[in-house]
Amino acid sequence: MIGRSGRKRLVLAADAAAQALRLFPGMAATQARALCAELVVHDADPDGDTEALDRLALWALKLYAPIVAADPPAGLVIDASGAAHLFGGEEALLADMVARLAGAGFAARAAMAGTWGAAHALARFINAPATIVPSDQSGRAIAHLPTWALRLPDGMADALGKMGIDTVGEIEAKPRAPLALRFGSELTRRLDQAYGRTAEPIEPVEAPELIQVRQMFAEPIGAPETLARYTLKLVDALCAALEAKGLGARTLDLRFHRVDNRIEVVRVGLAKPVRDIKRLTRLLCDKLETVDPGFGVETMVLAAPMAEPLTWKPVATDLTEAPTPDVSDLVDTLANRLGPGRLYRATPAQSDVPERSVRRIEPTAAPTGETWPAHWPRPARLLLRPERIETLALLPDQPPTAFTWRGVRRRVKRADGPERIFGEWWRRDGEVDAVRDYFQLEDDAGERFWVFRRGDGEQAATGDLTWFLHGLFG
Amino acid sequence: MPIAPSPRAFDALRAAIEKIEAGGRAPTGFLPFGLEVLDHHLPHGGLALGALHEVAGGGNGAIDGTAAALFAAGIAARTRGQVLWCVTRKDLFAPSLAQAGLAADRVIYVEADDEKTVLACFEEGLRHGGLGAVVGEVARLSMTASRRLQLAAEGSGTMGIAVRRWRRQAEAADFGQPTAATTRWRVTALPSSPLPAAGVGRPRWFIELIRCKAGECADFELEACDETGRLALPADLADRSLAAPPWQSRAAG
Repeated sequence: MIGRSGRKRLVLAADAAAQALRLFPGMAATQARALCAELVVHDADPDGDTEALDRLALWALKLYAPIVAADPPAGLVIDASGAAHLFGGEEALLADMVARLAGAGFAARAAMAGTWGAAHALARFINAPATIVPSDQSGRAIAHLPTWALRLPDGMADALGKMGIDTVGEIEAKPRAPLALRFGSELTRRLDQAYGRTAEPIEPVEAPELIQVRQMFAEPIGAPETLARYTLKLVDALCAALEAKGLGARTLDLRFHRVDNRIEVVRVGLAKPVRDIKRLTRLLCDKLETVDPGFGVETMVLAAPMAEPLTWKPVATDLTEAPTPDVSDLVDTLANRLGPGRLYRATPAQSDVPERSVRRIEPTAAPTGETWPAHWPRPARLLLRPERIETLALLPDQPPTAFTWRGVRRRVKRADGPERIFGEWWRRDGEVDAVRDYFQLEDDAGERFWVFRRGDGEQAATGDLTWFLHGLFG
Repeated sequence: MPIAPSPRAFDALRAAIEKIEAGGRAPTGFLPFGLEVLDHHLPHGGLALGALHEVAGGGNGAIDGTAAALFAAGIAARTRGQVLWCVTRKDLFAPSLAQAGLAADRVIYVEADDEKTVLACFEEGLRHGGLGAVVGEVARLSMTASRRLQLAAEGSGTMGIAVRRWRRQAEAADFGQPTAATTRWRVTALPSSPLPAAGVGRPRWFIELIRCKAGECADFELEACDETGRLALPADLADRSLAAPPWQSRAAG
């Protein structure tokens, strides 16, 4: 990418292949062409870049967090507080974001830290796809980064380098007054922002077509019950706006603009589009306790970044049957409280291997009507990993007469089996010959166990004839 | 143990007490086991729907909770609507619930990090009112917690089943502490029903009814849940109790 800076033509950006040829941003265009004859050069398009970055910010707003802003020239800043739970944690959120961006052809690096400044520095100067630093350790994490990481004006980092200051930690350790005298207030301001000593509010992007309602207060409010009351009012207004468009909300953002210029956020996700005032209010009010109103809230904004057409379905299709009650509101309440993946339904998977025979699906998915084959009993508890047992058994297909599990020896009174399960070579190469022979054993006391032997007892390739306990029957 | 027919005054008094206890709420119904031997020990001939019931395992079942979970699954299978099953440990094997009559499509599992969350989800499920039953696997169940659950169940008419499952055998003594549950059960695995050939027959359980509100304690030896969630009377015991002893029939003849 070649652009014009003043009267010089410079390399502004270079992809991985170009960087391997030692072409770096900041180099003169003529020098780059001299180094590599077949260089493919595109003219820079700063306006197009800004537009694309704004589009990307809107995409992130829809998907990830309620407060997103473009951080030109090539960054996004996202305030993920109050939204990471919808992805199952901060690591999961960053991993998902980097993976999706990679899928769209962007090489992205993400970092999460206590302040905008620290996260900005970590994302650009730590060579890892995703970095997470706890809020209280942000300062320590950026201390060893070079001074360029601080978003300083042009030339200031070089000037610091001439004074022998190379890292952020070194600036932090110096007395502030001489530094401020020499470099102006900009340096200390950036330093304070990175270390979280001064607030740096993010001005969030707003999509023009975004459905949102706003409530301003003459006097700042802060009492929990007042917040809850206005939440109800906002949901009421939002539902009216949604109804006018025939939509239902899939995600809701409630932003609290505090008097000290900070924004507190609550985001809730829904399994299906919803326009029920009571239900949405309940979900938002469940999260209100995570909001810190500080000295007061002067504006509340409720938005529905993801809204989908709401279609009504007839409740009862059969006159003789009572309608099945809808539990999707309970699912939403619990999913917003516990995080995703914690609520699920089990359904049969096409596999005979017990560990793979259960597949998790969304709790609100349509009934599959499938069930597991019932000709062999299955244990009530399946151990997470099979446990080795010592046994006494005849080969090739006799059940054990006694076994020792967790230090207790049990005599087998009755047994059933073997149920032979073959390895699934189409899933894993190592399972081509593998065989497991499952037995149901009952001891003197009447406790029933599910054990298996690796191998069929005749061919060595099928397994090493060790025994494992895999489950407990009731 | 047949109960003698009570005088009319007793019945009237019982009805009056029930009315006071219900506190103006409509009665929510009862779920019979379909086994006379079990049902006639329970008031109204079944498990109350809007109530909390508690099941623990005996012996090693206190730790693995297998029989207790299947007993709960059998009860939940015979309710109508979806079932919320809250756990902290991830070793519940879904196919076994299907074999105890609880179809895979009916169960929504909730995996919580700690018992406090399990109890919160349990209560939330009970309060919702649209579920058939809510099952929660917990170790500690204090009087306060069980009272909350019982009240939530009474309010919505959803059945709550607390499966007690402890980490260590020593902690199982906790089951001696009173709770507000309407019935409390202990289920212990027994040697399975004998088969004519070698093999493991239908599992049997020793089921103790430890506490029953407005009823008496009892214990039973029954065959485990079949694929419709029903318990059964073992064939050998059924024959013995039905057939009159030989000396009696001779005297009668």
